[in-house]
Amino acid sequence: MNVALFVTCLADHYFADAAADAVRLLRHLGCTVTFPEAQTCCGQPAYNAGRNAEALRMARHTIDVFDAADAVIVPSGSCATMVKKFYPRLMEEATALSERTWELGEFVVRRLGVTALGDGLAGRRVAIHQGCHALRELRLESEPAVLLEGVGAEVVPWEADDECCGFGGLFSVKMSAVSAAMADRKLDTLPPVDWVVSGDGGCVLHLDGRSRARRLGIEFVHLATALWRGVSQDNGMTDRNLANATDRSAATPTDHSAGASAARDR
Amino acid sequence: MRARIGEYTARATESIRSEPGVRESVTGATLAFDRKRRNAYADIDSDHWRHWAEAVKNHTLTHLDDYLTQAEERLEANGAHVHWAADAAEARDIVTTIADDGLVATAVKGKSMLTEEIDLNPALEAAGIEVLETDLGEYILQLLDEPPSHILGPAIHKSLQQVRDLFADRLGSAPDGDPDTLAQAARRVLRDAFIHAEMGITGGNFLVAETGTVALIENEGNIRLTTSLPRVHVALVGIEKLLPRMTDLAGFLQLTARAATGQPIGCFVSLIQGPASQPGDDGPEEVHVILVDNGRTDVLAHPHAWEALRCLRCGACLNACPVYRQTGGHAYGYVYSGPIGSVLDPGLLGLHEAMPLPFASSLCGACFDACPVRIPIPELLLEWRREAQEQGLTPWKERAALAGLASVATRPGLYRLAGRIGARLGGTGAARALPMLGEWARDRALPRPSRRTFRELWREGIE
Repeated sequence: MNVALFVTCLADHYFADAAADAVRLLRHLGCTVTFPEAQTCCGQPAYNAGRNAEALRMARHTIDVFDAADAVIVPSGSCATMVKKFYPRLMEEATALSERTWELGEFVVRRLGVTALGDGLAGRRVAIHQGCHALRELRLESEPAVLLEGVGAEVVPWEADDECCGFGGLFSVKMSAVSAAMADRKLDTLPPVDWVVSGDGGCVLHLDGRSRARRLGIEFVHLATALWRGVSQDNGMTDRNLANATDRSAATPTDHSAGASAARDR
Repeated sequence: MRARIGEYTARATESIRSEPGVRESVTGATLAFDRKRRNAYADIDSDHWRHWAEAVKNHTLTHLDDYLTQAEERLEANGAHVHWAADAAEARDIVTTIADDGLVATAVKGKSMLTEEIDLNPALEAAGIEVLETDLGEYILQLLDEPPSHILGPAIHKSLQQVRDLFADRLGSAPDGDPDTLAQAARRVLRDAFIHAEMGITGGNFLVAETGTVALIENEGNIRLTTSLPRVHVALVGIEKLLPRMTDLAGFLQLTARAATGQPIGCFVSLIQGPASQPGDDGPEEVHVILVDNGRTDVLAHPHAWEALRCLRCGACLNACPVYRQTGGHAYGYVYSGPIGSVLDPGLLGLHEAMPLPFASSLCGACFDACPVRIPIPELLLEWRREAQEQGLTPWKERAALAGLASVATRPGLYRLAGRIGARLGGTGAARALPMLGEWARDRALPRPSRRTFRELWREGIE
């Protein structure tokens, strides 16, 4: 399957290695990955600030850039939401791209139907920070946990896992003290874990920034990196087996185990 | 209530830094409310009921003139007096005139956000009438001379110890009393007031048009007493509180209680249709219903904000809101705080008066999931942000930065160059001089840019 990576401006500059891991993961799952180099920012900062004219210009640019792609994979729930949910509010013509755009974990579970990727994270205790857009706009409620458990990690319950971290883009600088207090609520309730895993770089920049300012020593890992480590450290699975599991038609979110466990057991 | 919204950011910051007890009390209480709400929603087909409630409210709001007229006719047929108040001053005058005509010296009140909105208590006191709040939370705040900080739990920003100290000082209760003991101490004062007051003042959760019924939901029994013991009952009802039929009310009573407190229904539901029908019957001799506009028709005429008029004042969005949780309601500077305040206040007061509330949100969407009438709060916040941008109510530096982003992001070559410069600069102290990162770095460590951008990794080849 041919997929185009929409790396997002944040991941391009702050999570380059995680974005590279997303490429490795997608290739491992049998995808041919392209990277249209004219891509820039999805425009969400302008959209969330109420600057629709600017947001529209960036949306048009992005739509042009990904015009030829069969599927567009975004390693960020928030930027994926911008394309999938907010672009169509800005312009009707965006629907065609919206329907072909997937958040990384969403694509792996719902489109490829893969959930068991290996066991490279066996023995790892992880907590999941659910990005708000992934959770409440895309309704990716179980996908991150299913995938992380699918690489052997132990997902530790976190009472604040579905609460907003307080990033909110411009909000984090306009109302910095409120935003930081929201991060503290998350950090102060975190159970003992090896990693906090999130599919959203924006949230991680903010949570990690707050955690480092308070010298809490928490390690944050992007979902793409966590999954790739889970795959690449696994010896019990061959690439050929996995290739067989790819490109099946979209599985429902509750019916996510069949194809993957078959690939694993074969 | 005079709005003091403009200083929201400074007040919120100050509250977080200097009143850790407020954050702790508010967080604890709202998380508990929100948990109960989720459980209560899970027990029913909440999506179905929320869609139903949205549709009923939309129908009512689009036929408001008809239902208001019908409600007025029914109420008058029931023997109640109906008054129309275009604004806060008219509403206050109507109440003080009724009090004056009835030789009222003491009034007892049930909890009502609308009476806070129109500043009723100071007007009554200026007219020489003693007013006593009878909702326990409101009573605590009246003793402290503070406004409510939550639509439903007005004193949730107070700790148990603060209430103990207050009641020990003012009511002579034991300094280590448990909540029941404290409630008993307040009850002794309030019971006496119920018996002697000539006037009872309440709001109204709903007004049913087909029967002319004011419906009131509560858990303490104080509203039942306020509406039945005094000789005169005055209910102030916002014009958006209409429901067409009693059968609609049956659904809304349950949905409101589930959303507000996670209960299947409130402990007390009072249905007020008019005065006692003959001397010797229970109930007040006079019932007055004051229908208050005070900006609501302007909100109704707004192309987007009208959806906020579906609001039931249940407080579910406040309980779900991680922004509200850090400060409670006082930081917002107006009676309607939290997510609903941030979309309703610009409509009621004018956007300029309500800045920067539309920006006081991370747009996390938890409020929408909690709202029993599906008010699309995040979308309405965005609409107000757009209007704020159009009216030039946002800082010019911010507007310039976003215009700059759009210019760069639509020119890939320029974007790559800016990205490389930003990446080199981003990790160094020089970044603090950048307007956004300077703000960021006050409360957080600076982000660490990748050593090479993804673009560079891609060109080198990803193995």
